[in-house]
Amino acid sequence: MDLQTLTYIVVGMTFALYIGIAIWARAGSTKDFYIAGGGVHPVANGMATAADWMSAASFISMAGMIAFMGYGGSVFLMGWTGGFVLLAMLLAPYLRKFGKFTVPEFIGDRYYSKAARIVAVVCLIIASVTYVIGQMKGIGVAFSRFLEVDYGSGLLVGMGIVFVYAVLGGMKGITYTQIAQYCVLIFAYTIPAIFISLNLTGNPIPQLGLGSTMVGSDTFLLDRLDQVVTELGFHEYTTQSRLSQLNMFVYTMSLMIGTAGLPHVIIRFFTVPKVADARSSAGWALVFIAILYTTAPAVAAMARMNFMNTIEPNKGEYMVYDERPQWFKNWEKTGLLAFEDKNGDGKVQYSADKTVNEMVTVDNDIMVLANPEIARLPNWVIALVAAGGLAAALSTAAGLLLAIASAISHDLCKGVFMPDISEKSELMASRIAMAGAIGVAGYLGFNPPDFAAGTVALAFGLAASSIFPVLMMGIFSKRMNKEGAIAGMIAGITVTLLYVFQHKGIMFVASTAFLGDLPQNWFLGIEPNAFGAVGAVVNFVVAFAVSRVTQAPPEHVQEMVESIRMPAGAGEAQAH
Amino acid sequence: MAFKNKEDAAAYWSANVRLMLTLLVVWFVVSFGCGVILVDVLNQIQIGGYKLGFWFAQQGSIYTFVVLIFVYAKKMGQLDRKFGVEEK
Repeated sequence: MDLQTLTYIVVGMTFALYIGIAIWARAGSTKDFYIAGGGVHPVANGMATAADWMSAASFISMAGMIAFMGYGGSVFLMGWTGGFVLLAMLLAPYLRKFGKFTVPEFIGDRYYSKAARIVAVVCLIIASVTYVIGQMKGIGVAFSRFLEVDYGSGLLVGMGIVFVYAVLGGMKGITYTQIAQYCVLIFAYTIPAIFISLNLTGNPIPQLGLGSTMVGSDTFLLDRLDQVVTELGFHEYTTQSRLSQLNMFVYTMSLMIGTAGLPHVIIRFFTVPKVADARSSAGWALVFIAILYTTAPAVAAMARMNFMNTIEPNKGEYMVYDERPQWFKNWEKTGLLAFEDKNGDGKVQYSADKTVNEMVTVDNDIMVLANPEIARLPNWVIALVAAGGLAAALSTAAGLLLAIASAISHDLCKGVFMPDISEKSELMASRIAMAGAIGVAGYLGFNPPDFAAGTVALAFGLAASSIFPVLMMGIFSKRMNKEGAIAGMIAGITVTLLYVFQHKGIMFVASTAFLGDLPQNWFLGIEPNAFGAVGAVVNFVVAFAVSRVTQAPPEHVQEMVESIRMPAGAGEAQAH
Repeated sequence: MAFKNKEDAAAYWSANVRLMLTLLVVWFVVSFGCGVILVDVLNQIQIGGYKLGFWFAQQGSIYTFVVLIFVYAKKMGQLDRKFGVEEK
């Protein structure tokens, strides 16, 4: 059977599964729609959280980024996992005890202020919408590369699938599809990794293979890789830093705090029955995430090795362009690989020296997407990678869309504009908000705005500099008041956005950047994407200072803080 | 179900904060310590094919994070029962 047909079958089967789950898990109440009824088992929620969290970027792009950044890529590995430690200890159990439906709702109640709730809704929507554009692009790209349907039609099919299970089932439908999607994506990621590790090192466990010797030699894989890349003029793989130690430190911190502050991840912990479950569920989520995140560095190093071995099988002996393998031709068509015969010898020279290098384009995403083909794995593995990439993008998109829809229907409609709305009308409003959010996300996927390129910086920067600090202070400081929280949020966001905009342009329109995006212009050499941690520090300092000179929060709020610090009496999450 | 008195509530909270801070020190040491600040020093040590600093940054810190969360969940469970504030 040819690859195309096989891919259609595998992807078709996974889609049928998601639709099946949607029909089985329909939402009957707002509680079903917002928090899946509140009865999700902690291990199941851990799995759903893992799929919710691991996006198209984790699945498709991360290993490729590490492959070309070497040690410097560790910021993503540590940053995107370490945040779960913060989430488990600082936020998840307390927010579960609070027992409501959304993150802005906590902020509104804790800071006894509708204004604070609205500021939180705005931060949530900006962070989630920018994030969802990336998933939409991932869906369109996966379709166009593997199934050879055009980008737009691919996007429409993806939107259709999400529409069915997210509008019908809300959080309930999303939870159970995310569990299925986790299974699909983790198989799709680890199976090629196991094959490749076996091929290169003889060890089937990629995490161990990365530390093993190469098949048929007693040279360690990483030593060999270091040697090959330095011969080509690149920096040594295992010590290649990302700009500076300070930058790596701040970047890792920003990603950790940002991860812990992303609302679509936090709300997953509202679905478990007890406070104790919220704690252990965060552990399970990280177990399921770690399976992919500890495999990724092995995929990265091994794919880079295979790639260079294909182009230069022996030292000084280059691949003849006309004899290039089929996968090379396939990916050239997509523009992700490009060759330019600069010296006219018909051979492919690959080098760090830009004047000699003839591999003018090697996109990061190639390292995962073309990995099975480069390693000559069977066609069904390639089909599985397509289904896995789609599962990763769909599961994250659905989680983000729910966070957006619940902020609109629960925080804005019910919380601010129509407090008397009935449960039934609110459920209808939440379905309409979900449908609307899918439409907007789809539109932005078709017409990515200028700021789409900077989405990561914006989403993590906002979560780190506004949402995380305000939640944490709300739990750990009884003295923190409305004035402090609002001033802190505004100061944190302002500092972060100003820094990003001054280097990347206002709303990422490059021509409006008033300082070039170059390392010598950066504050202490910190790149704009890494600035969320600095914004968070500003938020903490401003909030602390303002709260000391203004009135303490009212008695009932201080009592509420007492009560969320104690697990007993959580009961089930309540509508109010 | 609640704390017996104010002293209990304060003792529970300070035990929680102490546990959390201890675990966060480990969290900081394995990632920012071993994976970033001390990476060059640790890279002098080689375990199998891994330089130790590189291993912490790309593998070891992640394994430690998982262990930390489960230790926290278990110890907090014990603390809840000790003070009689666990959920039924």
